[in-house]
Amino acid sequence: MISFLSHLVNGLSLGSVYAIIALGYSMVYGIAKMLNFAHGDVIMVGAYISFCATQYWGLPPLVSVLCSMVVCTVLGIIIERLAYKPLRQAGSLAVLITAIGVSYLLQNLALLIWGANPKVFSSVISLAGFTLFDGQLKITGEVVVTVVTCVAVMLLLTWFTGKTRTGRAIRAVSEDKGAAQLMGINVNFSISLTFAIGSFLAAIAGVLLCSSYNTLMPTTGSMPGIKAFTAAVFGGIGSIPGAMLGGILLGLIEIFGRAYISTELADAIVFAVLIIILLVKPSGLLGKNVQEKV
Amino acid sequence: MSLLEIKDIHVFYGAIHAIKGISFNVEEGEIVTLIGANGAGKSTTLNTVVGLLKPRSGEILFNGKNINGVSANKMVSLGMALCPEGRRIFQQMTVRENLEMGGFTRDKAEIAPSVEEMFTRFPRLRERENQIAGTLSGGEQQMLAMARALMSKPKLLMLDEPSMGLAPILVEQIFDIIRELHGAGTTILLVEQNAQMALSVADRAYVLETGTISMSGNASELLENDDVRKAYLGS
Repeated sequence: MISFLSHLVNGLSLGSVYAIIALGYSMVYGIAKMLNFAHGDVIMVGAYISFCATQYWGLPPLVSVLCSMVVCTVLGIIIERLAYKPLRQAGSLAVLITAIGVSYLLQNLALLIWGANPKVFSSVISLAGFTLFDGQLKITGEVVVTVVTCVAVMLLLTWFTGKTRTGRAIRAVSEDKGAAQLMGINVNFSISLTFAIGSFLAAIAGVLLCSSYNTLMPTTGSMPGIKAFTAAVFGGIGSIPGAMLGGILLGLIEIFGRAYISTELADAIVFAVLIIILLVKPSGLLGKNVQEKV
Repeated sequence: MSLLEIKDIHVFYGAIHAIKGISFNVEEGEIVTLIGANGAGKSTTLNTVVGLLKPRSGEILFNGKNINGVSANKMVSLGMALCPEGRRIFQQMTVRENLEMGGFTRDKAEIAPSVEEMFTRFPRLRERENQIAGTLSGGEQQMLAMARALMSKPKLLMLDEPSMGLAPILVEQIFDIIRELHGAGTTILLVEQNAQMALSVADRAYVLETGTISMSGNASELLENDDVRKAYLGS
């Protein structure tokens, strides 16, 4: 029973990280209609920046997180501006290949700058954990912060896209760029802003992920990136609660699969679940499938 | 000075010469209609006026000011609103949210009263205020699209095929609304395939044929013109 609860807690924590990454994936997909495969690598960059800030520049952990957020946000805007914007009118295959290219570029730049050896990432979270059931179930500060951050991010994004003028503009552009322009919305600005938000979230996810798992190398972001993409599709790509739900479920499936079925098969199980969900419900769990009336 | 003046514009889709030098004007308070068959270039003309397409040559003057090269998202603030072909309302937003998007460029304080105004003019929309727009009927969607365009308080309202895909009774309703808007002083540029209806509400009309204007004049005269009757009115 205790071990079940402990897996549950770990699953929620991993799932929360996936959810935060998936939110960025999903928002970018929604507005730019492209899969930004470099998203996972922005996570890695975020973690390295935080690592450098604490280890080399001697900054306090919280400031290092801020540095990482700023760098990733700017990086996201630059990537969109240089790599994707010129392809706005191009076919989706060209954009997809470009995204894969950007992903490799970031990984190899990281390899060049920081080398292939894994760095030991010490947690930026100093919050002490607590124990339950007479010390049998330990909940670390990282888990608490990760889950709380995830919920906060989702609430903030829901409020932002639902209530604010800028957030609604993003939704309008996501639905119909031409019509959004006719309303007076600056489409390019909305797209840039979405990349900025996505990359900002990636920075948070990178720091949280590495705080829990403590190793950092140039490929650190790619697997969580793919998993988060899976989570976004799983929950219904383009939907904020969908990304959240997909991320959490994926984290739980992965941890429980690893614990009760097979460590080696855990990733395979995750992707098998995706295939099954897509066969049964192609738009994802909470995917919007509004019937268009003519 | 005309509210809108188009001088000899040429528009291309890649190598295709879609608009071959057309000129027309819209005076304040008028309803002007562009009629013509499918593919004549009616929607292309509107999309060019509103900045979604760029003319290769020619001039577009709005309120006497050259607006060539002004991007589409700036046109709303200049006082132009296009209610596009196929309505293109935001399907996943509620009716109210759609209207609020229409007032995107206006001060926050002005939006709620304007939404209220639209609900008064289009009572059906008030009943559906919190419904997701994609679930509205075709006629309701057209009303929403028009109301959304009106939310910016445009000097010039452009309507692209407002009757498209609607049952005859709804077409009547939409044209009644167009008459009302005209009565309230709105200047309207109307593009229609339904020439009969368009000519019956308009002051003046231009007939578009494969990218050129083949005829123009008072709407009531064109309605009686034999060539127009044969080609567009089916008699």
